Amino acid sequence: MNEASVGNIHARFCVAHPGFTLDVDLQLPGRGVSALFGASGSGKTTCLRAIAGLEHAPDGYLSVNGEVWQDDSRGLFVPTHQRPLGYVFQEASLFPHLTIRRNLEYGMRRVPTSARKVSLQQAVELLGIASLLERMPDKLSGGEKQRVAIARALATSPRILLMDEPLAALDLKRKNEILPYLERLHDELEIPVLYVSHAPDEVARLADHLVVLEQGRALASGPLSETLARLDLPIRLGEDAGVVLEGEVAELDAEWHLARVAFAGGSLWVRDSGMPLGRHVRVRILARDISIALDTHTDSSILNILPATVEQQADDTHPALALVRLNAGGVPLVARITRRSAAKLQLRPGQTVWAQIKAVALVG
Amino acid sequence: MSDTILSDTILSDTALSAIWLTVRLATVTTLLLFLIGTPIAWWLARTRSWLKAPVGAMVALPLVLPPTVIGFYLLVVMGPHGPIGQLTQALGLGVLPFTFWGLVVGSVFYSMPFVVQPLQNAFDAIGERPLEVAATLRAGPWDRFFSVVLPLARPGFITAGILGFAHTVGEFGVVLMIGGNIPDKTRVVSVQIYDYVEAMEYAQAHWLSAGMLAFSFTVLLLLYLFNPNGRRQ
Repeated sequence: MNEASVGNIHARFCVAHPGFTLDVDLQLPGRGVSALFGASGSGKTTCLRAIAGLEHAPDGYLSVNGEVWQDDSRGLFVPTHQRPLGYVFQEASLFPHLTIRRNLEYGMRRVPTSARKVSLQQAVELLGIASLLERMPDKLSGGEKQRVAIARALATSPRILLMDEPLAALDLKRKNEILPYLERLHDELEIPVLYVSHAPDEVARLADHLVVLEQGRALASGPLSETLARLDLPIRLGEDAGVVLEGEVAELDAEWHLARVAFAGGSLWVRDSGMPLGRHVRVRILARDISIALDTHTDSSILNILPATVEQQADDTHPALALVRLNAGGVPLVARITRRSAAKLQLRPGQTVWAQIKAVALVG
Repeated sequence: MSDTILSDTILSDTALSAIWLTVRLATVTTLLLFLIGTPIAWWLARTRSWLKAPVGAMVALPLVLPPTVIGFYLLVVMGPHGPIGQLTQALGLGVLPFTFWGLVVGSVFYSMPFVVQPLQNAFDAIGERPLEVAATLRAGPWDRFFSVVLPLARPGFITAGILGFAHTVGEFGVVLMIGGNIPDKTRVVSVQIYDYVEAMEYAQAHWLSAGMLAFSFTVLLLLYLFNPNGRRQ
């Protein structure tokens, strides 16, 4: 049977250096954004470099949407420059001797005309860099440089876009300047993206599929909300443990400046940040912001209270804490409560409870 | 009588031919050194082989060896009984010592570190990243070299060219050993000055020496103007 199949990415690498090993066998969807998430030293960048062919991981296998780029059992290794990919490095790494326009054209001119699907114009507009074209790279801010680097990669009409912590070298302001552009890429292009990050907020905002790496091994790989709701992973995510829900803006309350986001398991009120009705949005709920009650309390300041059933309870890192997975109309939630509270409420699987949600963050 | 006055005050034909020969020698040597030195410098900048240290030391030898030693060994190797001499004879080229091309070979060895070291530093300073970026933008190895490395290493090439040329112009010992003192063939400026001094023609020696001094200063001035703070670029 041919291991390469259309519509997905299969990467199997085994790298062993003294003090570092990477041993992964990943099946990733051939569309949307897949995040490779992990602390520094977890092997996420090595993994991305191996996929790009910048490093030759021995005994590897890699196929991208039906094309085999590496198969050491057959002695096959396609060099980087023959792989139709785009790569965005942590530092923008623009060619300092070329204008922005020539930087953008560098890759594009090397792609045969018949294979060009993204025009220079499109790439420039998508990243909002039209006013920078005739400048030299050293005259640009960090955020502008990184946008040019992304446009430069896109202009080669890649069949996969690899991004190695493209926001890590930027301050919060620049980061927030670029994130909307990344969301546009996600919404407007059909190119699958592999996004390496150690920032949970970026992952919550951009990813559809999540791979959690630790010490060179993949702890989990699956759709974002499912993977985030796994009780064996929140421990690794610490304070950032939580789930991401997708829904759309269903109602606006002008008097109280609130918006109602409807999702499969009910609705949540969030602060109105000017989104139109019907807009598809993501909300993120951290485990520490959910408490559990057996009755509805109408005398509480908490705005969002959802009916849910208890699915599973697990220990957290600290012996005082427990993690409880709830099911709110088919949507998983994770609550972090004290073990004493769990005992007092006598929580058990199948029990009906109320999830009191103290904070909901709109992430895009 | 008027002839002697002229030759005493302005450069004589002998001196002019020595200058012309020197310029030709330095130009040919510099061009050859770009061709030979660039791959060596590239290899030295990129390799992790254990050969890096020995090869680097070989290239740097002329910095510390007396030119007469280099000249002596080249004379032996290129002479009628040396391995290169036998090869050139077998190819019908005769023997190289005491010819222009013999001088070129000697100069290439002698000036090698002055070309290779600036290039190696320039290649080192570029690092891996721009090459990796170019590879992800579909540029193959040769394409990467010409479209990224050459433009980014331009200050290194300018330094290497100027130093290689100037150092060849200033050589004396190697020339004397393998070139001798044949007008129009191997008698370069430095040898000509030596001749003038030997013959007590101080006026001519002055003209040529002052010319060399002015030339050397101009070259170094250009170098420092191009790279004001070493190799910060």
